[in-house]
Amino acid sequence: MGSDRARRKPRSSRRRWLTGFVVAAGLTLAACQQGLPQSSLEPAGPRAERINDLSTIVFWLAAVVFVLVEGALIFITIRYRRRRDEDRPPAQIHGNNRLEIIWTIIPALLLAGLAFPTVSAIFDLSRRPPEGNVLEVTVVGHQWWWEFHYPDQNIVTANELVIPVDTPVHLSLESAETPGGIAEFTENGEPVPENAVPVIHSFWVPRLAGKQDLVPGKTETLTIESAETGTFLGQCTEYCGISHANMRKRVIVETQEGFEEWVSRMQAPPAEPEADSLAAEGAELFQNFGNGSCLACHGVEPGAGGTVGPNLAHLASRQTFGAGLFETNRENLQRWLDDPRAMKPGVVMPDYNLTEEQIEAITEYLLTLE
Amino acid sequence: MAIAQPLPRTSVFRRPTATRGFASWLTTVDHKRIGILYGVTSFAFFLLGGIEALLLRWQLATPDGQLLDADSYNQLFTMHGLTMIFLVVMPLSAAFFNYLTPLMIGARDVAFPRLNAFSYWIFLLGGLFLYSSWFLGGAPDGGWFGYAPLSSQMPGVNMDFYAVGLQIVGVASLVSAVNFIVTIFNERAPGMSLMRMPVFVWMTLVVSFLLLFALPVIAIALFQLAGDRILGTNFFDASAGGDPVLWQHMFWIFGHPEVYILILPAMGIVSEILPTFSRKPLFGYPAVVFAGAAIGFMGWGVWAHHMFTSGLGPVANAAFALSTMFIAVPTGIKIFNWLGTMWGGVLRFTTPMLFAIGFVAMFVIGGLSGVTHSIVPSDWQQHDTYYIVAHFHYVLFGGSIFGLFGGAYYWFPKFSGRTYDERLGKLHFWLMLIGFNLTFAPMHLLGLEGMPRRIYTYGEGLGFDVWNMVATVGAFTIAASVLVFMVNVVRSLARGAKTSADPWDGRTLEWTIPSPPPHYNFAEIPTVRARDDFWHRKYTEDESGRVTPVVAGAATTEEDVEHEDEEHHDIHMPDPSYWPLVAAAGLPFIGYGIIFDWVWAVPGALLLLVGLFGWSLEPVAEEGH
Amino acid sequence: MSTAEVRHEAHTATGLDNRKLGMWAFLGSECLFFGALITTYMLYRNRSVVGPFPEEIYDIPFTSVSSFVLLMSSLTMVLALSAIQRGDHQGLRIWLLATAFLGLTFLGGQVYEFTVFVKEGLTVTRNVFGSSFFVLTGFHGLHVTVGVLMLLHHFGMSLAGRIGQEDSLRIELVGLYWHFVDIVWVIIFTVVYLIPT
Repeated sequence: MGSDRARRKPRSSRRRWLTGFVVAAGLTLAACQQGLPQSSLEPAGPRAERINDLSTIVFWLAAVVFVLVEGALIFITIRYRRRRDEDRPPAQIHGNNRLEIIWTIIPALLLAGLAFPTVSAIFDLSRRPPEGNVLEVTVVGHQWWWEFHYPDQNIVTANELVIPVDTPVHLSLESAETPGGIAEFTENGEPVPENAVPVIHSFWVPRLAGKQDLVPGKTETLTIESAETGTFLGQCTEYCGISHANMRKRVIVETQEGFEEWVSRMQAPPAEPEADSLAAEGAELFQNFGNGSCLACHGVEPGAGGTVGPNLAHLASRQTFGAGLFETNRENLQRWLDDPRAMKPGVVMPDYNLTEEQIEAITEYLLTLE
Repeated sequence: MAIAQPLPRTSVFRRPTATRGFASWLTTVDHKRIGILYGVTSFAFFLLGGIEALLLRWQLATPDGQLLDADSYNQLFTMHGLTMIFLVVMPLSAAFFNYLTPLMIGARDVAFPRLNAFSYWIFLLGGLFLYSSWFLGGAPDGGWFGYAPLSSQMPGVNMDFYAVGLQIVGVASLVSAVNFIVTIFNERAPGMSLMRMPVFVWMTLVVSFLLLFALPVIAIALFQLAGDRILGTNFFDASAGGDPVLWQHMFWIFGHPEVYILILPAMGIVSEILPTFSRKPLFGYPAVVFAGAAIGFMGWGVWAHHMFTSGLGPVANAAFALSTMFIAVPTGIKIFNWLGTMWGGVLRFTTPMLFAIGFVAMFVIGGLSGVTHSIVPSDWQQHDTYYIVAHFHYVLFGGSIFGLFGGAYYWFPKFSGRTYDERLGKLHFWLMLIGFNLTFAPMHLLGLEGMPRRIYTYGEGLGFDVWNMVATVGAFTIAASVLVFMVNVVRSLARGAKTSADPWDGRTLEWTIPSPPPHYNFAEIPTVRARDDFWHRKYTEDESGRVTPVVAGAATTEEDVEHEDEEHHDIHMPDPSYWPLVAAAGLPFIGYGIIFDWVWAVPGALLLLVGLFGWSLEPVAEEGH
Repeated sequence: MSTAEVRHEAHTATGLDNRKLGMWAFLGSECLFFGALITTYMLYRNRSVVGPFPEEIYDIPFTSVSSFVLLMSSLTMVLALSAIQRGDHQGLRIWLLATAFLGLTFLGGQVYEFTVFVKEGLTVTRNVFGSSFFVLTGFHGLHVTVGVLMLLHHFGMSLAGRIGQEDSLRIELVGLYWHFVDIVWVIIFTVVYLIPT
């Protein structure tokens, strides 16, 4: 059965092993790309950095163990392979108490050592930030979008969380009681809540913090903080139904002044579109387009929470819509109004069979909501 | 044994007697045949689960993939997980438990042969029931872990099939667990003390206890889920006072022991293969046994490490971090003992040996990534990302599946009487090793770079593209290696060279009897004088472990068997029976009744009750047998 | 005496009969089964948003009586086993029937109690108290029912002359199961009914 020919390990074969190892290591290092917007390996804030530091220590420890154990395995397979004439079984060693005790105790000690920084980090990162320069935001998870309330600023927005740099942001996480999946609608286009049971989501922006679940019936908390301005991506990380993959978000970190400017803009009522413009027509349609009203589900006033759908106040100032799916531009908005469910499966908003003109008008109106 | 004389009627139907032909497979109570049934059926599900995986990988090979829509993807990833865990790894382990346990302890069959058949039929019918969902409204689409309250309110029958289907296959494993506990305690040959049993038998025992205690918990969780979905109970409805996290607790109190149920059998197999092909005994047998039991025991104390982001609070998180870290200690013991077994040995790199070594190499990686999960803040980044997917595939595929393939090759000569093709075996191994690592190694990076789990597509510009493509190439490489395996099996069964009782110079009792074994296994129940009893019949050892062969210690030959066959009037084997199949057949009908219309439950209940009733009245073996 | 039984007194490595060891293993599993149900109840007993609530609805005196009935059935079960071990077939049958009768009385009491609760507004869907209470006691009742069926089955077998003195193990197994179901009820009665919320 099989070849019993002894295989001596020639030098060239050892060189091949070494080359292979170097290539693999090189590829792996090359794999660590830079500038990835959703990478936990590129922390941009103190909390993510604390996690990354801990993970790095553990990684190198694990790497050492890996090299030692796999190295031992490779050594054994080479050193003890059966030579050509070996027929007699070797000495039958049944065990070695001292060795076995050593290799039980050493891993236990290593792990005990790891326990200290781990437990310390758990408590530090779970602690509420001290009173003072803290921004409070309530995050409400819906299927499949994010609602953000700023209680102190009386702002409600969706899917794009704007925060100031170098400021701990204390998130209160809740899961919403709104229709899940595809709801029914009355004659007037008002939604009839179908399955009112909210589901679990998870808030995650890897460059800024670890993740935290949004559990129905409870309010969980998570603190995020960024030391850099810029845009940081994230998405829902607890399977929450058909469009779980499409429940994306961004955190936009502004300077302190930039943030205050954003707050003022958000607190201002929506601009009136020019009279007799296409946008003005769109504003009218927004209130009543015949077989329904956008206002039934979407608010456009600053402090109005989305009843069913996201608050659209200042929609045009958002980089994306549809929970991070589509760039906010004319073409995408029109496609959405035409058939939302073709663009995002399972979404509550139905196709209202709007005419092309209606769609163009409403889109123009939406684009005025800066 | 050929077709026997017809038996007198003792019940409404005649007792089946055939030992050959298709019908004999339906009524068999022979543990070896049941083992083969389990093996073939779970391999078929492996192919189905593999195809599901290939579809997933094709969809994810590029951003915004168009092969699958969200709904199809969600059904596929759910079924892939359910299939691989409940319809592949668990029953494949059961195949080995079934075939080998009696042989390794010197018994003629398990304690409850008909119960054994019952387990198998429930597994087969339960698996078919689960798969019938594709045709009857949609396959489960809530993930294999079915987190409430999503799972309790997803529309359609998909998750009804989840709740009921899993319940059915769970019964198979529970019943099996009772059988193996009693078998291992009670049916051992004289002299086979617990500390002389092969490690594989020990792992069977530990796994059986884990099943015994873990399955009831998920049974209750599934009843509660079914209750919420079908009856309108409020177990997971927060607005009524329910707690969604209760599902997670109950699921993972089952789920964590479950992962040890998935890995310990393969560890047992590796503990048999390594000594044989190192020609040395297992290093530190008591420690390996103890470590296995410790893992089983400690496994009950770590479940909430699946819930570090569920809001349990820092105290609970810290406690579970610590318990999880420490379960690495007994795991490490096993790995070091395996290395110690090979150290100083004379290593023969047959296909089973390659898979066993591959197991050790891959499991080290999976084990290390597991330790990184126990570092709670790190897990806050890793949880629900592809980093986790990488971890559990390294331990379940690089671990369990590699170990199970190793076992398949190792005992192939025993159960078939033939030799497999060694070159094809090696090709399978290397292709699978390379494909496996190509598929799952990049996933560590994908997870850390921000790719969540359970998403049917991902956007451009996130940096996920290249590694997803590599993973997909790897997946198809795995598929190719599986094809090589199938070709090898078919050809070898048809034309492989006949083999002897002991082709590997083995150490344990199954190698003392012919290949394939006769119906009754042992002509004479052996008296066991030592651990690795067979080895000690073949070789003597001095104090320093030096070995000399003993001339008369070889295994039973074919000629011995022919004589024995005619004279086995002292051996009473259990007779075949159709009651296990009848009773098992009731369960899917009851399942359809729960999901669709209670009318269906009536024939189901009848089949079950009549089956159990007939079974209880039927003797194990008829008079004169 | 049964002629269909060819089972030898198989010598087992532990000395325990296979079926007895099997029954103990199964009962071990059942401990976790009821443990999960009882734990759920205990977690949910105070979490209902709407009533009826436990303290408003339990009728402790009534349930005490039916608990006593079930406890007495364990006594009759012991007497049944003792009878067959002595070879007293008539006694076996009487006490098996008595046990089944007491079990059915208990079940009747459960049915009555549940009907009253439903009339007072507590259904399995009403609140988490209702869900966890009825599922827990419902499963217990199901186990009692299976036990009653087994008792009647063995009563019938004895009438047919198929249980000899040497088959007392079968009765012992039924007894083990029956006593277990009784002990579970003692725990349920204490935890669910008696301990104040």
